[in-house]
Amino acid sequence: MSITEAEARKVAHLARIAVADEALPALAAELNGILQFMEQLNEVDVEGVEPMTGVEKMRLKRREDVVTDGDMQEAILRNAPDAREGFFAVPKVVE
Amino acid sequence: MSLNELTIAEARDRLRAREITAAELTDACLSAVDGAGALNAFVHHTPEIARQQAAAADRRLASGDAPAMCGIPVGIKDLFCTKGVPSQAASRILEGFRPEYESTVTQNLFDAGAVMLGKLNMDEFAMGSSNETSVYGNVVNPWKLDDRQLTPGGSSGGSAAAVAADLCLAATGTDTGGSIRQPAAFTGTVGLKPTYGRVSRWGTIAFASSLDQAGPMTKTVRDAAIMLGAMASVDPKDSTSADRPVPDYEAALTGDIRGKRIGIPREYRMDGMPVEIDALWKQGAEMLRDAGAEIVDISLPHTKYALPTYYVIAPAEASSNLARYDGVRYGRRARLSQGDGITEMYEKTRAEGFGHEVQRRVMIGTYVLSAGFYDAYYNRARKVRALIKRDFDQVFAQGIDTILTPATPSAAFPLGAMTDADPVQMYLNDVFTVTVNLAGLPGLAVPVGLDAQGLPLGLQLIGRPWDEGNLLNHGAVLENAAGFVAKPRRWW
Repeated sequence: MSITEAEARKVAHLARIAVADEALPALAAELNGILQFMEQLNEVDVEGVEPMTGVEKMRLKRREDVVTDGDMQEAILRNAPDAREGFFAVPKVVE
Repeated sequence: MSLNELTIAEARDRLRAREITAAELTDACLSAVDGAGALNAFVHHTPEIARQQAAAADRRLASGDAPAMCGIPVGIKDLFCTKGVPSQAASRILEGFRPEYESTVTQNLFDAGAVMLGKLNMDEFAMGSSNETSVYGNVVNPWKLDDRQLTPGGSSGGSAAAVAADLCLAATGTDTGGSIRQPAAFTGTVGLKPTYGRVSRWGTIAFASSLDQAGPMTKTVRDAAIMLGAMASVDPKDSTSADRPVPDYEAALTGDIRGKRIGIPREYRMDGMPVEIDALWKQGAEMLRDAGAEIVDISLPHTKYALPTYYVIAPAEASSNLARYDGVRYGRRARLSQGDGITEMYEKTRAEGFGHEVQRRVMIGTYVLSAGFYDAYYNRARKVRALIKRDFDQVFAQGIDTILTPATPSAAFPLGAMTDADPVQMYLNDVFTVTVNLAGLPGLAVPVGLDAQGLPLGLQLIGRPWDEGNLLNHGAVLENAAGFVAKPRRWW
């Protein structure tokens, strides 16, 4: 498999990272180099192997479905680049 | 000897005997930190917090209620959230971020009485093997080669440099593919990556959640045992934290490994491996044999697929974890142009907030998880990961107690040496360590010797899951037999 410039643009967009058009060829080449390295995995016989989900079989921890935390609006907003009237503020979204 | 040169165990004993105070010890470290700007290890200094914590520790010591870490000055990797203190994973995108909460690891250390000197430099979001991807600039290894500045390794390069240069008694590190063990080996220090789930990940900025694990970076194996005991806990805030009591790791250091079976995996003998590394590995095996252990040749057949597996899984998880840095809730937002909408805000914020290596890994991760490629890359990598883990399960089932390997394929290299190299060349630094993260096992780097140029070299011991006590005991035997006492000559 090999990544074209158009695919590199698509990946950058999916990752929400702005990449200038003139940087796309280098990006595609770099991604291709890394993907080529990963191609080695095709040599391995994985027939019938379950994908690993965790290092140890353990039951996901459970707890009672109750509120354990909260009432910290100020603390949550304190690090926001733009917070107004108790909300995170972002540019206008029109769809 | 100045107080900052003490080990944790020595300082603990002298603090408890009231020969020294935590305040004196802390001042000695703060002076050492102030005099070591050239190493660029400490990037946020917290002397006020340190002095307050030292005073509290002295009160505790006076009252006789002093856990082992009480009054011990440590450095904290910038990846750990520390309340009110900048915590930005060495990334521009978290510029100005001051957490409103404390990570479980730092809270545990503070509860045990430890003193925080400040935050330590690292590779951005823990992605790197040379500490050259940090927004704060490179960390410089206290070990030098002629006039050339060397990398301390990465990603916990600041932690390793600070411990090697005696700026602190110990430091926290994190290890996703070798980020504790490789810098420990490059600086002649000890680094332990515990079993996945032994140390809570809560409040530690996530890179690859199924691989990340925090651990101690120290001057001796005994210190690693002491500090792991304070860092580890059962934490309801981390669903992957294991429900297992934390044993007394220091008590496991009996020095007796007679009858233990040490595996030497033949697949770790790589083509082109420097002769010195191979010789060191053989010496290490002989030291353990002389101590009464049995040396056994073993096979871990899927070893060669560990790096490509890692470089699918880690970026995939990183692309998901790093999606949260969008310029909305914390950190830095890019300046927007007239008419820019929310997508432009995300794209510009992430383009200028993430460095090159982080961007590359986020995009690789995005690609391997994208529709049409998920099975070919991500699912296949997860299957190969299962086989890598099975290799280890099988040798442990055959009665192997511990596995001995080199820690790194070379000694520390000059800063800038890899700048023009293919990214994959840099990834090869993790060749001996990354299998351990994929299998979730504990791994310990111990300094064993110097190369012909006078630079430290380390070996790695790999233990059974949850068997850190036994692993550390083997490490202490190796450390004792190797008698590594070399220190970098002070130039900074």
